[in-house]
Amino acid sequence: MTVEASRQAGGTEGTDLVALLKEAGLAALVALGLGISIIGIRTVTIPGGLGLEYRWDWVVIAVVSVFVGRFVLALRRETRSPAKRAEREVVMNRIGATVQRVSKIAGPVLVVIAIALPWMPFSNRYIVDIATLVLMYIMLGWGLNIVVGLAGLLDLGYVAFYAVGAYSYALIAVHFDLSFWLCLPLAGLFAATFGVLLGFPVLRLRGDYLAIVTLGFGEIIRVVLLNWYEFTRGPDGISGIPRPSFFGLPFSRRVQEGEQSFHTFFGLDYSSMHRIMFLYYLILVLALITNFFTMRIRKLPVGRAWEALREDEIACRSLGINPTNTKLTAFAIGAMFGGFAGSFFATRQGFISPESFTFVESAVILAIVVLGGMGSQIGVVIAAVLLIGGTELFRELEQFRMLAFGGAMVLIMVWRPRGLLAHRDPTLRLSAGGQNAGAKGGAS
Amino acid sequence: MTMLSIAGVHSFYGNIEALRGVDLDVQQGEIVTLIGANGAGKSTLLMTVFGNPRAAVGSVRFEGQNITTMLAHDIVRLGIAQSPEGRRIFPRMTVMENLQMGATVAPLEHFDDDLDRVFTLFPILKARQQQRGGTLSGGEQQMLAIARALMSRPRLLLLDEPSLGLAPLIVKQIFAVLKDINKQEGMTIFLVEQNAFHALKLADRGYVMVNGRITLSGGGEELLAMPEVRAAYLEGGH
Repeated sequence: MTVEASRQAGGTEGTDLVALLKEAGLAALVALGLGISIIGIRTVTIPGGLGLEYRWDWVVIAVVSVFVGRFVLALRRETRSPAKRAEREVVMNRIGATVQRVSKIAGPVLVVIAIALPWMPFSNRYIVDIATLVLMYIMLGWGLNIVVGLAGLLDLGYVAFYAVGAYSYALIAVHFDLSFWLCLPLAGLFAATFGVLLGFPVLRLRGDYLAIVTLGFGEIIRVVLLNWYEFTRGPDGISGIPRPSFFGLPFSRRVQEGEQSFHTFFGLDYSSMHRIMFLYYLILVLALITNFFTMRIRKLPVGRAWEALREDEIACRSLGINPTNTKLTAFAIGAMFGGFAGSFFATRQGFISPESFTFVESAVILAIVVLGGMGSQIGVVIAAVLLIGGTELFRELEQFRMLAFGGAMVLIMVWRPRGLLAHRDPTLRLSAGGQNAGAKGGAS
Repeated sequence: MTMLSIAGVHSFYGNIEALRGVDLDVQQGEIVTLIGANGAGKSTLLMTVFGNPRAAVGSVRFEGQNITTMLAHDIVRLGIAQSPEGRRIFPRMTVMENLQMGATVAPLEHFDDDLDRVFTLFPILKARQQQRGGTLSGGEQQMLAIARALMSRPRLLLLDEPSLGLAPLIVKQIFAVLKDINKQEGMTIFLVEQNAFHALKLADRGYVMVNGRITLSGGGEELLAMPEVRAAYLEGGH
């Protein structure tokens, strides 16, 4: 009897169960190892300093739930026939392809919904605020999608460009008193410059190595912002960043003599919602510009070269594509949109400090791109709504909020390892009669 | 006129000397083949023409211009196209997109004509143009790799083992197309092959490479008739 045959013959309940229990036990052991320090011991303030509090019951709950969860998961995996799994994969792919196809209609519908959102009867300050936050992450996701999704360059330090954009905006606006609309392109330009600066040293790196260097770059920017006190005011941050105005009309309650503000000009009663809604529409427009730009550039030679570079760099070189320039443009353009989002962030908050630009931000943006399905524009929207909007919804769960976030990520990776919408749409389709439909093509 | 001339070329992968002084030339309008066993250095020679690895000693000239130290993407612009080892088509891109990538260095106004040309050469690609590269059969992928190389309007076409892993019938088909573009359009072709029989039948001239050196050269039929070539590359192994 061959090894395989014997394994098949022995593949009944008995032997399987032992293996499954072993697997679950191992997972529980890992949970125990992590749990003792992370969950079990907690620092609390006691009179006279810090004290420790022990929560062993929580550790037990965590270990048991990991054991049971892993066991059930493994059991499902073993008992389900591979045919069924393949079937599900096919079904999921079909759903993905359908969503992509529908996205052509759904895109405009979503835009209309987004425009109408602040006017809905149920919407209030809180909802518009969250929607603004979600749109910010959608824009960041779309920006990073150019680097990671299209060009296939794993960038773990994207937040650096976000930070450069925010600080450029803040410093220029505070010191030179330029308007938002002048600072915005400048901030984008600065961020793009930093994108090229990062791009040069990492041109020869790929995969893991690239990820590590970009991670380091993100940290360098943050540490510089933190320590260059004379320039950035370090951990104190920059406050009093000018708020954007509506074509010169400020959103302020009190108006100086001889000047007008938004509500006096339009003869409205003053409402703090005006500014919130204006910020919402501002980020909506910025995000849509990002999307429009990405969709157009995908069909241009440089966009196609990004995608080709992601698939096979050697083939690209043998076709006459300059990998250096191609990578640098991807870094620069991705960074530019990060910079735009950064300046929006600065003007929305009115205050920025290095704390807002930690690695966690990079990780969240990357998670949005990866979970959405690399390179998929609508996937980024879905992932951002789920991750950012979702965690806001779970805010009532307090400390379990991040648990829900992590759980959602694990589930998506189990069910859709290549992201929610991993389907890639061709950049051009056949028109009815023509041979090549030119620039007409699919959006994805 | 000498189109490609390789003179005294030594190439290294790290410390390993893959090419130990290769002299080889390709005249305009010829089909030249380089045959040899696995690991003889055939693919390395093609890669060296494209500057990766760069020849440590010796020179590579294209139409008289020294291209030894040029970068691959600049060499393509001179009019050399390559269908690299392992085809290297873009699997997630459609056939049409692959062909568009091939036309990167070609002027835009020729695109439609060039497309017609490769679709005439390989009609199956026309039927498959909206299909993803990765879903094509091996033979179709090879056709796509050649078609993609042709889209750059080259004057010299370098092919690395187009017959690799393909059914004999498909190999015949592909080689017939190569013969066609050589005879009808005067395309100069330099072909690296393990399939010595087909390659030597097709080629005007051939070279035999052993351990990074050229050991034999001559007309295609002439080499085919040599007992040492027959013994090493045609009988037994094939």
